[in-house]
Amino acid sequence: MSEKVLDVSGLDVHYRRRGGRLHALRSASLSVAAGETVGVIGETGSGKSTLARTVLGLVRPTAGRITIAGQEVTGFSGRQWKALRRQGIVQYVFQDPLRSLDPDLTVASSLVEPLLIQGIRAADARTRALAVLDRVGLDPELLDRLPGELSGGQRQRIVVARALITDPRLVILDEPVSALDSANRVRALEFLRQLRLGGTALVFISHDLGSVAGIADRIAVLYQGEVVEDRPARDVVVNPSHEYSRLLVRSAPTLASAARHRAALNGKAVTTV
Amino acid sequence: MVLQLVDVHIRNDATGQEVVRGVSFDLRPGAAVGIVGESGSGKTLTCRSVLGILPELFSVSSGHVAVDGRDVSSLSGKEWTALRGSVIGAVFQDPASYLNPSIKVGAQVAEVVRVKKRVSRRAARDRALELFASVRLRDPELVYHQYPHELSGGMLQRVLIAAAVAADPQVLIADEATTALDVTVQAEILDLLAHLRATTGLALVVVSHDLAVVAQVCDEVIVLRDGETVEQGPTDEILFEPRHEYTKLLIEEHLQYGLERFLTPVDVASEVGELEHV
Repeated sequence: MSEKVLDVSGLDVHYRRRGGRLHALRSASLSVAAGETVGVIGETGSGKSTLARTVLGLVRPTAGRITIAGQEVTGFSGRQWKALRRQGIVQYVFQDPLRSLDPDLTVASSLVEPLLIQGIRAADARTRALAVLDRVGLDPELLDRLPGELSGGQRQRIVVARALITDPRLVILDEPVSALDSANRVRALEFLRQLRLGGTALVFISHDLGSVAGIADRIAVLYQGEVVEDRPARDVVVNPSHEYSRLLVRSAPTLASAARHRAALNGKAVTTV
Repeated sequence: MVLQLVDVHIRNDATGQEVVRGVSFDLRPGAAVGIVGESGSGKTLTCRSVLGILPELFSVSSGHVAVDGRDVSSLSGKEWTALRGSVIGAVFQDPASYLNPSIKVGAQVAEVVRVKKRVSRRAARDRALELFASVRLRDPELVYHQYPHELSGGMLQRVLIAAAVAADPQVLIADEATTALDVTVQAEILDLLAHLRATTGLALVVVSHDLAVVAQVCDEVIVLRDGETVEQGPTDEILFEPRHEYTKLLIEEHLQYGLERFLTPVDVASEVGELEHV
């Protein structure tokens, strides 16, 4: 078993709400090893974004432990979190890759920003920007372009490149492909699949079981703040154990289910033997 | 034929560019046709041409659209208004943006009924409640008195479907109507559309970027790319014997990067095989 890059156990998060408290996470546990891709799947309000935000130190848990790259961060102060984020060990890719680049900054400026914050010299930062562009399969020519001059797929890769430039041990991707069209989505998933070969641990958060199943080694299903299932992706898809996972798999539009649904719709009874 | 498109071309009059180049299909009562394509493929413009709501500077440059046997090219604004809702209705991706946030949803649907069916306020209210029940809103009375912000995305889409079918149209266009919803809710809405089709003979035009969504509901699929029909045919042919490279890509996406990654071709084939023996 390779080293755990992220280890979350027994995480509880409450939000204060008008008229009471919202229990956003209930004793949630999740661990991710180096080079592993874990999909976290859940519907709106299931707690998946809360989980990501808690791991990034943006939300304070009421109970539980978080260990990142061997360091327990649970009791970290705001300053310690800031220092940790600066090191770039954990990176986060936002939900809408098309809008998370500053339209007035060239690709180069966006890419080197996390390095300059760390105090790395501009010339060295640019060298690393070229290297990371190569890693995400983009032309070095793009460095001096503005986001508006790039395609959606290219921008998405730039956002991932910016996350990778600090050599993170863990990258959390929140709905990274939802805003892309089919052709770009296939390329993005292909590319994410290759990323972990470099040893980077990925947490892929999505409401879309289909795209998570496409690249995850393991899938954790979040339902009403609880991890109701955490098993190899194949097992979750082929033989889901929790009732909600079963509903999720049944609801996901697949080419196979298409025929079944259409038959039911046309009034033919689907007999099960 | 409730809806007929014959080689429809749509032009952007500002640039002179034809953004849709040749979409044709016939829709019989109770049938369902699906249009698959990316954003920018022309699927939404095609729908809008059928509803007479093309954006400014866009027009049907050749071909023709017939709704319930009537060529729509010569319709006046008033005639379009009469047609929309009573013969053809539509629901879109973002239901909240089609409702007034400061008016209770029940009143908004009742208003549609009152105007379209020319009935009294009381009758309109009763009909709206019936419609809410028919789109499987769990507590029609309660929902009737709620504001849009109090409802989930799935409930809002049910309300919009209720409004769209309020005047008993023959055709319902669902343009990415389930895209923004959670997958379990999407499944319920697709089920609902199927149910309406089966019980009322409503014909459907289902538009989605996801081939699997369209394939669940429709008998015929049109694959649009960059304004052109690249492939069109019975759903099973498109799914199992795709000819165009682009259709193959859409299918490959599912096979490699979808749940199908774990469902062997044998599973899929046997499932289809079983159905054929029914």
